[in-house]
Amino acid sequence: MNDLVRAFAYAAARQGELVEALQRHLLLVAVALGIGILVCVPLGIVTSRSRVAAVTFINSFNALRVIPSLAILFLALPYFGPSQTSATIALTILALPPILINTDTAFRKIDPAIREAALGMGMPQREILRRIEFPLALPIIITGIRTAAVEVIASATLAAFIGAGGLGIYITRGFALYDTAILLVGAIPVALLAIVAELGMGSLQHALQPPRS
Amino acid sequence: MKAIRFEQVSKRFPGAPRPAVDGVSLHVEAGEFVVLLGPSGCGKTTLLKMVNRLYEPSEGRIFIDDTEIRQLKVTTLRQQIGYVIQQIGLFPHMTVAQNIAVVPRMRGWKRDRIAARIDELLTLIELDPAEYRGRYPAQLSGGQQQRVGLARALAADPGVVLMDEPFSAIDAITRASLRDELLRLQRKVRKTILFVTHDVEEALRLADKLAVLRAGRVVQYDPPFHVLTRPADDFVRDLVGAQDMVRHLSLLRVEGAMIGLAGGAGPNGGPTVGRHDDLRHALSLLLRTGAPALTVMEGGLAVGRLTIAGIGGAARGRVEA
Repeated sequence: MNDLVRAFAYAAARQGELVEALQRHLLLVAVALGIGILVCVPLGIVTSRSRVAAVTFINSFNALRVIPSLAILFLALPYFGPSQTSATIALTILALPPILINTDTAFRKIDPAIREAALGMGMPQREILRRIEFPLALPIIITGIRTAAVEVIASATLAAFIGAGGLGIYITRGFALYDTAILLVGAIPVALLAIVAELGMGSLQHALQPPRS
Repeated sequence: MKAIRFEQVSKRFPGAPRPAVDGVSLHVEAGEFVVLLGPSGCGKTTLLKMVNRLYEPSEGRIFIDDTEIRQLKVTTLRQQIGYVIQQIGLFPHMTVAQNIAVVPRMRGWKRDRIAARIDELLTLIELDPAEYRGRYPAQLSGGQQQRVGLARALAADPGVVLMDEPFSAIDAITRASLRDELLRLQRKVRKTILFVTHDVEEALRLADKLAVLRAGRVVQYDPPFHVLTRPADDFVRDLVGAQDMVRHLSLLRVEGAMIGLAGGAGPNGGPTVGRHDDLRHALSLLLRTGAPALTVMEGGLAVGRLTIAGIGGAARGRVEA
C-alpha cells in the first residue's frame, strides 16, 4: 500500500515523462498490430484456401515466435540500432501468429453450403468475399487481434531494454534502483492497457457476432 | 417460366472410372415439375448443377428456352435461376429480409420494389412479414429456414428453379408439410422446377414427370403413375417397388409382430411404441434410435418386445418368434 502511494507521488511528479512514455508505448503497439493486421488478414485468406501455403506460413510464423522477444531485440540491434525499428520488429513478430492463425481458421470454418448458395445465386467471387465471407470471419479475426494486442502491450515493456522507450522505462528503472514503487508506475498502466484492450475487443467481437438464437 | 433442354450431356470427373453423367438428353417443358430420382452416385445432382454451371459439361449442350447457357455471363445466368440446396445455406449474418433481397439487389431493383417483394414472398410462404422480416436465420426452425431458402430462390422471379434434395435434412413431419407447401406454391407461381431426390415417396408425390437415373443415364422419363405401373426395367421396378413394403407396413399393427412378455413390467427406459401403433412408425423409430428392440407399451405397462426381425417377418406375412 505504501508502495502504491509512493508510486502515485512519483508519477505525479513526472507527469510529462509518463505521458510521453505512454504515447511511445501506444505507438509501438499500434504499429506492430497494424503491420500484423495488414500482413496477416490477407495472408490468412490465402492460407485458408491452400494447404501448402497454410503449412508453410503458419509453421514459419510459429517458429519465429519461439525465439524470445528479448533475443530478437538484441538480434535486431546490430542492424537497426537501439531504435523503435528494432522494437517494432520484435513486437510485430509476436503479433503475426495469432492474427494469421485466427484469420485462417475463420475462413476455413465458413460452412461450404453458404459459399455454394452465394455462388449458385450468381454472386461474383469478389462480392462473396466482401459481403459474405469477410463479415462471417470478422469475429474470429478480432479474437486473434485481441490475443495479439494483449501480448504486444505486455511485451512492449521490453523496448526499454534497448532504449526505445515506452512504459518499460519505469520497470527497468525500478529494477536498477531496486524500487518497487517506480516499477509499479510502469506495470500498472501496462496492466490497465491490457485489460482495456481485452474488454474493448471482446465487446467489439460480441457486437459483430451474428445472433445465434 | 422457361423450358430446359439437355442435348447429349456428359460429365466426366478426372480420375473417375466412368462418367458421372453419360449422354443425357432430356426435355423439360416450361412450367413442369420434374424430379430427378435415383440412388446416390447416379449423377442426378451433377446433372442439376450443370444447369447453373456449378459444373461444366464435358460434352453436350444445355438450353434454357432457346439460349445455350454458355452464351450468358455465368453470374447473369445464375441470377436468373433459383437455387435451393439441402443445407439451406442462408447467410447467418443477414436477416430474413436481407437474405431474400440478395438477388434483387444484385439485379439492381429499387429499394421500394425489393421491400414489397420481401413482404409478398413472406406472405406467400406463410411467415408474417412484420414478425419475420428482421429475424436472423438462427432464430428460425429448420422448416422455416428452408421456406426462407425457397423464398430467396424465388425472389427475383426466376424462370427456372433448381432444388437439390431441399428437404432431406428436415424431420419427417416438417418435410411432409413442406412438400405440400411447395406444391401449393407451384400451383400459384408456376415455375419450371428441377428437383433432385433419392426419396421415392417424395418423388412420386411431387413430380409432374419423373426422370429415373442410374449410372449417369436416364433409364425412364415418364409421369409418376406411368413409372409405377409400367417401369422401364427391373432397376426401376425395384427402386419404386421397395417402397411398397414400407407402404404395406403402415397397414400392419405392432401387436401382430411383437414378442409378448408374460406378466407385464414397468418401462425399462428404452424407446417405446404403443401396441396399436403401425409398424411403419415402429420401424422408423427403431432405425432412428438405433436401439436393438422397442418396448411395446399398453396402459403404462410393457407388454412385449419388437425387433427388426419381427417387423420383417410380419411384412412377409408371418410372425417370427
